Amino acid sequence: MAMLAYKAPSTAEEAVQILAGASGRAKVLSGGTDLLVQLRSGRTKPELIVDIKKVPGISGIRERDGGFVIGAATSGAEIGEHEGLKKAWPGVVEAANLIGSTQVQGRASLGGNLCNASPAADSVPALIAARATCVIVGGKGRREVPVESVATGPGRTSLAPDEFVLEFHLPKRPPRSADAYLRFIPRTEMDIAVVGAGVNLTLDAAGVIKDAHVALGAVAPTALLVPDAAKALVGRKLDETALAGLDAACRRACKPIDDKRGTIEYRVKVAGVMARRAAAIAHERAGEHK
Amino acid sequence: MKKHHVSTTINGEPTEFLCEPQLTLLDVLRDQLQLTGSKEGCSSGDCGACSVIVDGRLVCSCLMLAVETEGRKVETIEGMSEGQELHPLQRKFLEHAALQCGFCTPGVLVAAKALLDRNPDPTEEETRYWLAGNLCRCTGYDKIVRAVLDAAAEMRAK
Repeated sequence: MAMLAYKAPSTAEEAVQILAGASGRAKVLSGGTDLLVQLRSGRTKPELIVDIKKVPGISGIRERDGGFVIGAATSGAEIGEHEGLKKAWPGVVEAANLIGSTQVQGRASLGGNLCNASPAADSVPALIAARATCVIVGGKGRREVPVESVATGPGRTSLAPDEFVLEFHLPKRPPRSADAYLRFIPRTEMDIAVVGAGVNLTLDAAGVIKDAHVALGAVAPTALLVPDAAKALVGRKLDETALAGLDAACRRACKPIDDKRGTIEYRVKVAGVMARRAAAIAHERAGEHK
Repeated sequence: MKKHHVSTTINGEPTEFLCEPQLTLLDVLRDQLQLTGSKEGCSSGDCGACSVIVDGRLVCSCLMLAVETEGRKVETIEGMSEGQELHPLQRKFLEHAALQCGFCTPGVLVAAKALLDRNPDPTEEETRYWLAGNLCRCTGYDKIVRAVLDAAAEMRAK
């Protein structure tokens, strides 16, 4: 792999300046678990690597206003060790922890998983279902956008060449509320999702679903927020009618490809099944989350 | 191409090297520092043969640029024994014959050490999941898992 330079700026402003000066020939390095593989294979040939891990606030997890701020370069291992985050957002944590091996978890980050823009990225549907936002910094300043607006297609994002993701915000978790993420792979570890489903539910005191968000991964060019699937749940208990509505809405939302991991027909069917199962887990957790 | 001067700590020893920015930590360990215990299997983070510990975290040294180790602490397989005295994991791998060709063994040992550093009493299932990123094409893993659990038991007894 050939590259000309490496820079590790110590502030966000400096990072933006360097990226702006490189006019698109730079790549942002976070955990590097995707980037280094792409460099070696020649799939990407940047002239400059900008390692953002020295930017203040880009690593670590902070509680704020009852919610959480997760630095974009925080490793999966750190996310999985944060008790408060696991309690409030178990679906986001289990999704982040499904990425790769223990070794990959030591480095892989939410910012990298999002900006690598694989349709099968595990943390992305969970973050979308959680209604997470990310803070993007760039030459025009700072903007906060919903996670689903970042990836625009396989390997493509809406970020300008001088922008990078600084942090993720997860909202305050209301009572009787929880999330879950499930993915289907043909083995138990170390694989890429055939289908992923994130479900985030809030119940009222009587156990009726009053708020729901559903997102799917690996069934379209980007992870999808599926509002119709959420509509099938809201105002109901999690009975068979609700689950059947969720299942059907998820199947309708799928626009998958045929590939070695699954056919179109198979992915569509499994998307409904994964959403049902993730909803059941989120529902059970919500009941326990006082 | 501009070379970077990197100051780091490897197996407790302050270490300095010059490297081109595109070199991985594995490249520098093996080709410049002659620490050839870490192996290059896949160079894509799938096989774990290049596993090292950086600031207490298990990572693939093929997925990290060498320049990123500036100011950090790297532990490799070469730092595992105390002189001639093998680490309990190394001894148990010999006792249980937990290797055949040996290519994956340094990575498996480093990964197993990282497990026992944080969980001295792992279950078999926890051990298998933790080591899922270390591929071994010879043993079928059973003897590896038994050796790790036996080493953990011995280390707890001390």
